[in-house]
Amino acid sequence: MNFVVPDFAPAVTELFVAGMSLVILLLTVFMRESARNIGYVLTQLTLIVAALLTIFTMDGQVRVTLSDMYVDDLMGDVLKILICFSVITALIYGRGYAADRGFDRPEYHLLALFSTLGMMVMVTANHFLSLYIGLEMLSLSLYGLVAFDRDSARSTEAAMKYFILGALASGLLLYGMSMVYGATGNLSLSGVAQAIYNQAAVYDGVSSKTVLMFGLVFIVAGLAFKLGVVPFHMWVPDVYHGAPTSVTLMIGTAPKLAAFAMAMRLLVGGLFDLAEHWQTMLMLMAVGSLVLGNIAAIAQTNLKRMLAYSGISHMGFLLLGLLSGVVEGDRFNALNAYTSSMFYAIAYVVMSLASFGIIILLSRSGFEAENIDDLKGLNKRSSWFAAMMMIIMFSMAGIPFFIGFFAKLSVLQSLVAADMVWLAVLAVMMSLVGAFYYLRVVKVMYFDEPVDTAPIHAASDIRVLLSANCLAIAFLGLLPQQLIDLCQLALVASFQG
Amino acid sequence: MTGMPLLSLAIWVPIVGGLLVLATGSDRNAPMARSMALLTSVIGFLVTIPLFTGFDNSTSAMQFVELARWIPAFNVHYYLGVDGLSVLFVLLNSFVTILVVVAGWEVIKTKVAQYMAAFLIMSGLLNGIFSSLDGLLFYVFFEASLIPLYLIIGVWGGANRVYAAFKFFLYTLAGSLLMLVALIYLFMQSGSFSILDWHELPIAMGAQNLLFWAFLIAFAVKVPMWPVHTWLPDAHVEAPTGGSVVLAAIALKLGAYGFLRFTLPIVPDASQAMAPMMIVLSLIAVVYIGFVALVQADMKKLVAYSSIAHMGFVTLGFFIFNPLGVEGALVQMISHGFVSGAMFLCIGVLYDRMHSRQIADYGGVVNTMPKFAAFFMLFAMANAGLPGTSGFVGEFMVVLGAVQYSFWVAFAAATTLILGAAYTLWMYKRVVFGAIGNDKVAKLEDINGREFAFLAVLAACTLIMGIYPLPVTEVMHASVNELLQHVATSKL
Repeated sequence: MNFVVPDFAPAVTELFVAGMSLVILLLTVFMRESARNIGYVLTQLTLIVAALLTIFTMDGQVRVTLSDMYVDDLMGDVLKILICFSVITALIYGRGYAADRGFDRPEYHLLALFSTLGMMVMVTANHFLSLYIGLEMLSLSLYGLVAFDRDSARSTEAAMKYFILGALASGLLLYGMSMVYGATGNLSLSGVAQAIYNQAAVYDGVSSKTVLMFGLVFIVAGLAFKLGVVPFHMWVPDVYHGAPTSVTLMIGTAPKLAAFAMAMRLLVGGLFDLAEHWQTMLMLMAVGSLVLGNIAAIAQTNLKRMLAYSGISHMGFLLLGLLSGVVEGDRFNALNAYTSSMFYAIAYVVMSLASFGIIILLSRSGFEAENIDDLKGLNKRSSWFAAMMMIIMFSMAGIPFFIGFFAKLSVLQSLVAADMVWLAVLAVMMSLVGAFYYLRVVKVMYFDEPVDTAPIHAASDIRVLLSANCLAIAFLGLLPQQLIDLCQLALVASFQG
Repeated sequence: MTGMPLLSLAIWVPIVGGLLVLATGSDRNAPMARSMALLTSVIGFLVTIPLFTGFDNSTSAMQFVELARWIPAFNVHYYLGVDGLSVLFVLLNSFVTILVVVAGWEVIKTKVAQYMAAFLIMSGLLNGIFSSLDGLLFYVFFEASLIPLYLIIGVWGGANRVYAAFKFFLYTLAGSLLMLVALIYLFMQSGSFSILDWHELPIAMGAQNLLFWAFLIAFAVKVPMWPVHTWLPDAHVEAPTGGSVVLAAIALKLGAYGFLRFTLPIVPDASQAMAPMMIVLSLIAVVYIGFVALVQADMKKLVAYSSIAHMGFVTLGFFIFNPLGVEGALVQMISHGFVSGAMFLCIGVLYDRMHSRQIADYGGVVNTMPKFAAFFMLFAMANAGLPGTSGFVGEFMVVLGAVQYSFWVAFAAATTLILGAAYTLWMYKRVVFGAIGNDKVAKLEDINGREFAFLAVLAACTLIMGIYPLPVTEVMHASVNELLQHVATSKL
């Protein structure tokens, strides 16, 4: 038996995060209550070092290691860095909120760290198994985080719902993977891609094709659940609403990047030759998400639920990018399409972080500023943060000069390039519907008199970071080119062809 | 001065100045915010003057061009330039901004910095629209300009301001989103976002028709043309005086300008084919909306409807495709900028004193406010198209152009001279003449020096343009001829 020691070097970031998680776990067990800050500080340090490690080991090369389980490429690196920054930001925003409500225990930060590790594994997975492990690691940590406010019935209910539906979705995904394995005899994504390619060349019977299709359907369903798109969206509003806002912040941001990576790995990396089939499924889901997300958001009075529905519609937009890659078997638009989708995902995460950040900023102990009416007269209370929220809302509505507009533009141009003008028209019509509820938030802030006149108490780190986050939305809107280039570069380096 | 990026200055001076005004913060610093806003608007106007003095009337080419890469991924450029069609609007806009700042000087007492900043930022964005030669840059300015106006109507507006602000925003956005798809389509066909490239791009008739409709919806809402005009009276009535002035004087011109910059040269064949429909819609605006204006009880609504009727004249002038018509329409746009702005300022003067816009609440104003009555008279006459005022020149040219096209079109259009006189003068009579209507009118004070200043400036503009319009029309000649040649050349 010959045993080859695998090359661990490419996976150094994940190994570091995993190691640090265990160290922090052990440390906090022996720590006194009064030293609970150490958990937070160590978690942040770990994330910062992880991001730096990734930045310094980043190059354009694709390295597959750990018996085909792991791939280190530029898309993975870029997304890992963004995930780290997103989690760091989310933890900073959420810290005061969690402390006020008494759940800034070490486990809270640890679960966040574990979920980050899960996302990193997902992002760099080259194998059904590692993908699934990453996904479960992320999901299980998030289930725990949602239920973290133990005494809240709403949180517990949300966690149960999330867990049961999430387990179902994982089951679907696993079932789909097993079918694809049955049809291709491979578990590694590159192997699957190769097998499907060969099969297409020498077509060998109907049965394996049928099995493959069934597998594809289940995989897409599992993926759709993680992205939170119609018809697998039912958990999104309840979980966003029920979870403590600092946790909603984590669910609504970085995992979207991970889900995007998972979609890229599975659909583009593994099942690219079935593009015409999964594109049709994505199209149905995208249309459903755009319509339902935008229309249902109008009826919401709770800001978190509104943002949840708006998130569904944004994910619909992201799918529009993914589904315009292959036109009648021709791949000329693939790079353009996936770039637009990745750009959209990043833009959404930046906006989403800021929007939940504002909710946290306005909340204080014993008070959740989660209804739209709680923003009433914000301009009178703090014209600076009213302006920041206005930037976020107009950006989400896709009004220039903000990044949201350019994200929408890049998806729309990809659709038009793929000759799917009707989808582009539908998407802009739904953006119009969406503009209404974003405008309503601006209206409440600027046109109405304040009900709650309490001054805003928030630590200066949140204030500064949140302002920087919002200004980034405006700044990236003025100069979006670098980000688009980065996405394009990452995708070119990771998927040649 | 040719070395200076004048257009960039015209755009960014007000925007940066607006942000600085915003930074003065609370109403404690209101005097500083006001003076800074005035200074910014004056500088903003001064930088546009060389655009007029240095303008070369003999060419239709773009002048004062600035070109830089902006988003290479979509081949978008920061591409600015003006020709005879657009240069005057940059000036008009920068000029009106000063008036708006002055008009809001004492009247606006809450959130002064935000008010001034909103107008300054909007002024910069509007200049951006008129000077963009890149389709996406145009769109970006076009959409972004909705934000300040939405806030102006919503924050400083009247009782029903929320409804009006939403209606304004969503109506305009509905139109422009379809235009975005059209712009992207043109980008895909030509590989560039340059509007001038699109002017040369051959397009099949089917695509031309679709593009025409996409542009039509965007611009018709903005003009506004019948039957998508209903947002305008609401917006005007609820907006503060300054908002109404900018809306009438500048924002309405965007739609008409869009027809000239996009629709006519990019899809000439569809424009030719659709011209009869456009003419009918314009005539409905002129005649039907003229009657609607007649029965209004609210002064602002009346002027709002009269704006729609006047803009109907403008679209009529464009779609009869002769130099008189197009030039007349352009003159009408400039003149309407002065006259409607002045009308709204006059109504603002009354409203500030009486807090009512109902015609029935007035009567005999001339007894207490003689100076005001004289100015109001002049602007009412100009609105009605009296010879010697700027209102006459444009209408007369369009009617002359229309006669060349068809006698009956000209006949229908000319009814505006009667209808316009009827609704404006009847309103004037009820408000200004007669016995003093009530105690409040009896206590009115005549206009102060500040109000006198802005009304006098506008009165001078109205008269000069009415008596000697040549400098204005001269600027347009070359570009209008070039445009009409474009329209006459098939792109199939």
